[in-house]
Amino acid sequence: MQRKVRDNKAWFLVLPVFILVAFSAIVPIMTVVNYSVQDIFDQNTAYFVGAEWYREMLRNPALLDSLGRQFFFSFSVLAIEVPLGIAIALVMPTKGRMAAVSLILVAIPLLIPWNVVGTIWQIFSRADIGLFGYAVNALGIDYNYTSDPTAAWLTVLLMDVWHWTPLIALLCYSGLRAIPEAFYQAARIDRASKWAIFRHIQLPRLKSVLVIGVLLRFMDSFMIYTEPFVLTGGGPGNSTTFLSQALTQMAIGQFDIGPAAAFSLIYYLIVLLVCYAFFTAINQLDKAK
Amino acid sequence: MNWMAWTGVTATFFSVIGCILIFMTILEIKSPTLEKKGFLPIATTRGDKLFISLISAAYIHLGFLALVDTVLWVALCISILWSAVVFRWG
Amino acid sequence: MDYSMRKKLGLALYIVFLFIPIYWLVIMSFKGTEEILGGLTLWPHDFTFDNYHTIFTDSTWYMGYVNSMIYVSMNMAITLVVALPAAYAFSRYRFIGDTHLFFWLLSNRMAPPAVFLLPFFQLYSSVGLFDTHIAVALAHCLFTVPLAVWILEGFMSGVPREVDETAYIDGYSFPKFFLRIFLPMIRSGIGVTAFFCFMFSWVELLFARTLTSVDAKPIAAIMTRTVGAAGIDWGLLAAAGVLTIIPGVLVIWFVRNHVAKGFALGRV
Repeated sequence: MQRKVRDNKAWFLVLPVFILVAFSAIVPIMTVVNYSVQDIFDQNTAYFVGAEWYREMLRNPALLDSLGRQFFFSFSVLAIEVPLGIAIALVMPTKGRMAAVSLILVAIPLLIPWNVVGTIWQIFSRADIGLFGYAVNALGIDYNYTSDPTAAWLTVLLMDVWHWTPLIALLCYSGLRAIPEAFYQAARIDRASKWAIFRHIQLPRLKSVLVIGVLLRFMDSFMIYTEPFVLTGGGPGNSTTFLSQALTQMAIGQFDIGPAAAFSLIYYLIVLLVCYAFFTAINQLDKAK
Repeated sequence: MNWMAWTGVTATFFSVIGCILIFMTILEIKSPTLEKKGFLPIATTRGDKLFISLISAAYIHLGFLALVDTVLWVALCISILWSAVVFRWG
Repeated sequence: MDYSMRKKLGLALYIVFLFIPIYWLVIMSFKGTEEILGGLTLWPHDFTFDNYHTIFTDSTWYMGYVNSMIYVSMNMAITLVVALPAAYAFSRYRFIGDTHLFFWLLSNRMAPPAVFLLPFFQLYSSVGLFDTHIAVALAHCLFTVPLAVWILEGFMSGVPREVDETAYIDGYSFPKFFLRIFLPMIRSGIGVTAFFCFMFSWVELLFARTLTSVDAKPIAAIMTRTVGAAGIDWGLLAAAGVLTIIPGVLVIWFVRNHVAKGFALGRV
């Protein structure tokens, strides 16, 4: 880590970024805060209700349910994607043509627009026209994600694993590349087992990229919207109605902007707290280096 | 600006936040902060303490709304006390 | 079976898992409606280009691709121009509120989009940018700029400070040094950053759909038109999907060396 010079003139270099992001960030969040304390009927008719929406939202069992479902989904996603991503990163070739080719192949799901990801899985897992749905049914398992809540939830989970494991794999791959060859040579001299190398050399070095990966995946899976919306539309029942979708229904479908705004701010605070913890952890790791 | 649906309360809220930020910036130019380790698990600067105070204030208020039926002045007082503790010993 | 064979087998299996759904999408796009609904075929029996023909002859379809391309390129250009100096500042200097500013930048990714869309729509309408490409490009800057600053900062920290100091002693001014010496040194970093900007702007749909209606409507939003009175036209939907994958594959193919090198530098 190089020593940085203390100079407040550096603000001039950051100013364009600050203005650009502030334009799209500050006004909308202020507006959402304003919405959250009012009962809004139309552009010109709104009543101040104070913290009433917050109180109502925090005691609304349906929303707390969807919050719980959201946490469960995010943890399931992380529990599958992180180990799988590390495993893929470990088996990816490190040198030569194959390294570039496998990088590209693994990255492809990340480059597909999110609604197309939903479309791909819709086409792939429908029991009538999809290869996956057809194959599972042919194995004798009754599978139809449009009518069975468990199947729908599992399909969304599988889709997310398919879509986002490559991100963890690529991050870990870059972390592994940063380990100097000398570490492996030392391990070979000590006749360390594969597991010992992983446990004592590779895993510690992966810590900082893993924190970033977990952070990104937590944030994104916590606000997942487009893919399940295309795939299942939130159903059957409420089984795949994630938080973002519940909020959208409230804000746009029923035009209950006030409560929706109050709940999105609660939700923003949750994500903010988790991310602050992760961000502090990253900084501590950087300092420890 | 009609569509932003301003109310007196939120306008005051954002002005107070803005003033605190300006005040902190001036203070920082006058006397740069030092990282100190207090009872919080990490070493913090003045800015970190401000952020921790604000976010805990938000959670204290939400906790009051969810669990107790009293007016929010109590939550506000607790938040201010807590911030004072964080700034003094954090 | 020895260890390296097992590794290759594992990777191959994973790549097969990644590609089966895509394969299904691709062959679906070459089938006619009757064949799709008639039964499961692993390979199109009636190979047809009808679906693609529909897309390439209807301007409302292909203009969607053009629109998406325009705002993605604008976003990449804006992001790089503002993020390069900012990343330099973060990598070389300490200044008031630097860590907090950085966290604030990243925190913009965390806001749940659903409810923020309404104020976004009204903000861009009130400044007269609704339904323009630049509006979508600016909105996407909200998450591409912080990411770009973060990636570039990593690459720039890898360049020793001595390089800057030597250049200043040799009489270079800051802009000249930055453009002539510094930027060429972090070429791979810029390649990787551009790739990530492309990726996040290309895949995003919610902002792009909310901020446009006709003139700048992205392809991802036009795809919803395939749902008609007679149900979904699966073949057409699949063909449109395939065409949205191609630009991503092309971009990653062109920057593959930069990306491989960027990954080797241990950042991203």
